[in-house]
Amino acid sequence: MKVFALIAVIITGAALIYSTFEMPDWGDAGSPANTHVSPRYIESSIKETATPNIVTSVLADYRGYDTLGETTVIFTAGMVCILLLRSKKDD
Amino acid sequence: MIKDFDNIIIKTVCRILTPFLQIFALYVIAHGHYSPGGGFQGGCILGASFILLVIAYDIDTVKKRMSEKLNTVMCSLGVIIYAGIGLTCLILGANYLDYGILHRVLPVDAVKARAMGTLGIEIGVGITVMSVMISIFLNIASGGKHEEGAID
Repeated sequence: MKVFALIAVIITGAALIYSTFEMPDWGDAGSPANTHVSPRYIESSIKETATPNIVTSVLADYRGYDTLGETTVIFTAGMVCILLLRSKKDD
Repeated sequence: MIKDFDNIIIKTVCRILTPFLQIFALYVIAHGHYSPGGGFQGGCILGASFILLVIAYDIDTVKKRMSEKLNTVMCSLGVIIYAGIGLTCLILGANYLDYGILHRVLPVDAVKARAMGTLGIEIGVGITVMSVMISIFLNIASGGKHEEGAID
C-alpha cells in the first residue's frame, strides 16, 4: 500500500513540476495576470479611489467582499478558541 | 508559565516600549493608504503590544487594562463595523461595500468617500485582529483559565 502511495505522490509531483514549465516568465508583461485587470488597477485606482497604495485599494475596495470574509475567518478562529479552551475557575 | 517574576530591566523596558508600539500600530492602520500596512498588520502590532505586557508582567495587569468582556465584544465589533459600512452603502442605494455612495453622509466627494470607507473597514479589521490575537494568546498561555500560573 505504501508503494502505491509513493507512486501516486511521485506521479502527481511530476505532473505539477511539468506544468510549471508552461508558466509565464517572472515579470512577463504579456502574461494573463498582467494583461487582464492589473493595467486597469494601475491606471485608474488613484482616480477612482483616491488611494495611492494600489494594494490597499484592491484589498479593501475592489475586493472588499473578500476581505470581509478574511475578517470573518479571523473572528471565527477567535470564537472557536474561546469555545474550546476557556474554562471556569473552579473546574 | 505566565508568572510575575521580578526583573526590573524587562519590566521597565516593556512598560516604556508599549505606548510607542501602540502609536506605531495606529500609524500603520491610519497610513495604510500611503505606505505598506493596513488593518491586519496594525491590528497584529496592537495585539503584540498587549502580549508583550502579559509576558513582562502577568495576565491580571493586562486584564485590568483590557477586560475579557471588552475584548470579546471588540472581537465582534470589528466585523460589525466592517459589515455595517457595507450595509450603510446598501441602505443608501448602492451595492454592498460600494463606498462611493457614502458621500451622501460624509462631507467629501464621491472619490474621497471611497478612501474614507476604506479607512473605516481597515479600522474594523484592526480591532478584530487585535482582540482575537489577545484572546487566543491568553487562552492558550493559561490553558483557558485566564489566571497567572495556571500552567506551570
